[in-house]
Amino acid sequence: MARVFIYPGTSLILSDLVSRFGHRPLGSALAVRERVQTPGLDSPPLQITPEDPKKGLRYAAVEVPSGVRGRMSLYGPQIEEADAGIIVRDADLAFGCMGCARTNELVRFLLRRREIPLLELDYPHSDEEGIRFVAAIKEFLSGLPGGAPA
Amino acid sequence: MSEAAAAGSAPAHAGVGPGTVAKYVFVDSPELTAADLALRAYEIAPAVQIKETCFGLVITGAEAEIDRLVAEIRKFDPDRIFIKDRGFPPGDERRCRANLGGARPGFYGHENEMRLVRYVSSGLRALRDPKKADLLRAKPKKDNEPLSPERLSEIIEES
Repeated sequence: MARVFIYPGTSLILSDLVSRFGHRPLGSALAVRERVQTPGLDSPPLQITPEDPKKGLRYAAVEVPSGVRGRMSLYGPQIEEADAGIIVRDADLAFGCMGCARTNELVRFLLRRREIPLLELDYPHSDEEGIRFVAAIKEFLSGLPGGAPA
Repeated sequence: MSEAAAAGSAPAHAGVGPGTVAKYVFVDSPELTAADLALRAYEIAPAVQIKETCFGLVITGAEAEIDRLVAEIRKFDPDRIFIKDRGFPPGDERRCRANLGGARPGFYGHENEMRLVRYVSSGLRALRDPKKADLLRAKPKKDNEPLSPERLSEIIEES
């Protein structure tokens, strides 16, 4: 079973397909769950503490907004841990404030720089595109360690 | 409330203990409603906390139980049931719209993707359909793929 980083990290479709084909999706939910379940001072609403932007310094410089560094403290360790990645290029749902936008750019950059197996594709908007979308993801995941044959 | 939570060392939310897993179950099936699915899920895994929602279920429990439940739930309609991880447990006041008002954070993302899941369902069905083998072999076109001279001349002739 390979650990596959999904972008957007909150994607239902990617998370489902990766786990359906026998791998472990790495996304926002796992990072948030880890923080929610870690005993400590409750820091609503996101369980992000002032320590997190400091951890984000590993991925972004100090002059970068703390929102980017805080988000990178969630995504950065997952990108380092990932064995592969799937990026959806036209993910409108990842739209957000400048912190989100810059984090998204940085996440995609770090994934490409790691030189792990990476699949980039667009969301399907027809049945035919849906067939190609699922087939491409299945073929990609089958080639990863522990993947079922395509 | 758990002992750890009572001692003040952990937040007092149900299902937040380490090792607990929460997942969303989205149903996009004309043959299966969220209420049907909730009843069947209770039969399969009584120890799992199941919350019925407008889109499907939120399930929370021990990881092994959740994995077993997910495997069983998928069998009801494999191409139209979609499952993803959730960070917060159900009813958590930091996320639950009952406390916050308005749409739950994350709703818009799910709403956006739920418009597309029917195409993904088609893709999943096609994996078992030998008639769709040609489409399965076709690679998705890349944005940065240059336009070939042959294709350009074809376009000119067509216009």
